Amino acid sequence: MRRHLKGLYTIWYRDVLRFSRDRSRIIGSLAQPLLFLFIFGAGLSPTMTGLAQGRLDFQSFLFPGIIAMAVLFTAVFSAVSIVWDRQFGFLKEVLVAPVSRIVVALGKVAGGSTVAMFQGAIILLLAPLIGVHLSLDQIVVLLALMLLTAATMTSLGVLMASRMRSMEGFHLIMNFTLMPMFFLSGAFFPVQGVPLWLEWLARVDPMTYGVDPIRQVALRGSVPDFVLEMVRLYPIATDVVLLALFWLAFMVPAVWAFNRTD
Amino acid sequence: MKAIEAQGLVRKFGDLVAVKGVTFDVEQGEIFGFLGPNGAGKTTTINMLCTLLRPTEGTALVAGHDIRRDPDAVRRSIGLVFQDPSLDDQLTAMENLRFHAMLYGMPRDLFNQRAPALLELVELADRADSLVRTFSGGMKRRLEMARGLLHQPRVLFLDEPTLGLDPQTRRHIWEYVIRLREQEGTTIFLTTHYMEEAEIADRIAIIDHGEIVALDSPDNLKAMVGGDVITLRTSDNAGAAQRLQAAFDVEVRQVNGDLVLELPRGDQAIPRLVQVLSNGTGPTIEVQSINLRRPTLEDVFIRLTGRTIREEESSTVERMRLRTRAWRGTRR
Repeated sequence: MRRHLKGLYTIWYRDVLRFSRDRSRIIGSLAQPLLFLFIFGAGLSPTMTGLAQGRLDFQSFLFPGIIAMAVLFTAVFSAVSIVWDRQFGFLKEVLVAPVSRIVVALGKVAGGSTVAMFQGAIILLLAPLIGVHLSLDQIVVLLALMLLTAATMTSLGVLMASRMRSMEGFHLIMNFTLMPMFFLSGAFFPVQGVPLWLEWLARVDPMTYGVDPIRQVALRGSVPDFVLEMVRLYPIATDVVLLALFWLAFMVPAVWAFNRTD
Repeated sequence: MKAIEAQGLVRKFGDLVAVKGVTFDVEQGEIFGFLGPNGAGKTTTINMLCTLLRPTEGTALVAGHDIRRDPDAVRRSIGLVFQDPSLDDQLTAMENLRFHAMLYGMPRDLFNQRAPALLELVELADRADSLVRTFSGGMKRRLEMARGLLHQPRVLFLDEPTLGLDPQTRRHIWEYVIRLREQEGTTIFLTTHYMEEAEIADRIAIIDHGEIVALDSPDNLKAMVGGDVITLRTSDNAGAAQRLQAAFDVEVRQVNGDLVLELPRGDQAIPRLVQVLSNGTGPTIEVQSINLRRPTLEDVFIRLTGRTIREEESSTVERMRLRTRAWRGTRR
């Protein structure tokens, strides 16, 4: 057992070390959220005045969505690094080591989740600029929610990566899963009051259950509770349970699929 | 106990039989070479021995552990240097070593003692904290050798460790291999398709189309050729070939406008050979050039398979394609 934990820690450690080493990646990955938040957000704010019957400004609404977006993209990218490792040969070094594949896959999920949580935490630093006030409690709960969202998405990433042989396939995945998951998650618009087909798509999107609780926690205190209730989908506890179910539903096959890679 | 005992290893990729039942033993502390053209099954065999591929049939004991039943124990007792680099080039040399040590559960003290010593051995001590990204191909390969030895494996597998390196670096790599065996007493299993390089092995298995066609020490293998190799050019090759065949009772081959024959004690045979051509029955055949050399492993390979290894060399693209196909095959 101790040996397995050490293996898991090793895989995790490498991901975190690489992340902390790559300053340009951290800064670069801030560009997109900043664009969304300050250009897209500020630009649409005057038009998007109907949120919670005019009681919620668009930038505040968008802010938690952008946190979730940073988590989503970082998580999937970091899982997909398995494909890079395969292409550049490094994966062999791991596969031939006396560490079980299951442990390697779990280590990868742990590493990707940590890195994605950090990336989300960086976005949190922008809160004062948007006029969102966060207490320490809120920050702790937000970090936990980000970690769960990240774990779900990293598991999905590992599942996709274990079947992928080249980076070309990755762009396909970007366009056909990541983008729709992001757009449907309720990050940009509330998923109530939209056409029914859209609402149903949103409901099967795991990201929806990441965005929903993150929004409720992040805006608590900055926005009256009854306003929050108007834009939320479920109570936080329900979101968390659903998200955890998605996590399991992705992680079990991900570990299984990775275990079968040669 | 032997370092490796392979028993009838077979590996199929779909319809393609890459390895057709190979059986051999490797002694402790031996340098054992697998020599053969690309696609002969060398890498497939290594991948089975190091538990990256399951054999379709047969099995092997590596350091006393069964590759089928106890792959984890096998993994703990082997080190590997792959054909293609397998370093994380975003990490430093030392970090790559540390990652490896952690994966193999090495105690910290042992790591602190071995890592600098091994970097010293492969002459990378001064680059320990440089990112691997900044390393040349030869430096990467040397670092991989240090890494492969870090956890004190009983057997070190080197799969074409000199592929794609310049001649000077290649020579260096082999010097390290010999030094390693002296310092660490590690059993070394290597594959190569460079004939000259196989010579450092104590014993060589020549593999062709997935089968071992010969297995012996380099000297004994070369002795199979039947003496020295004499290459000569004459004014009438066809006539000369006939006359030599009759006089020496050996096969005379024509290769690129030269006559090639193998004779024991070639140095003493040359005067007689010239005499046969100038004074034999019929008109004098003029000898234009003559060359005598000791046989090489290349000659052994030609003798055994009727082809040169070089002919078999396919382009890189083709190799990639074959490998991709093999990849897909394993997933079915």
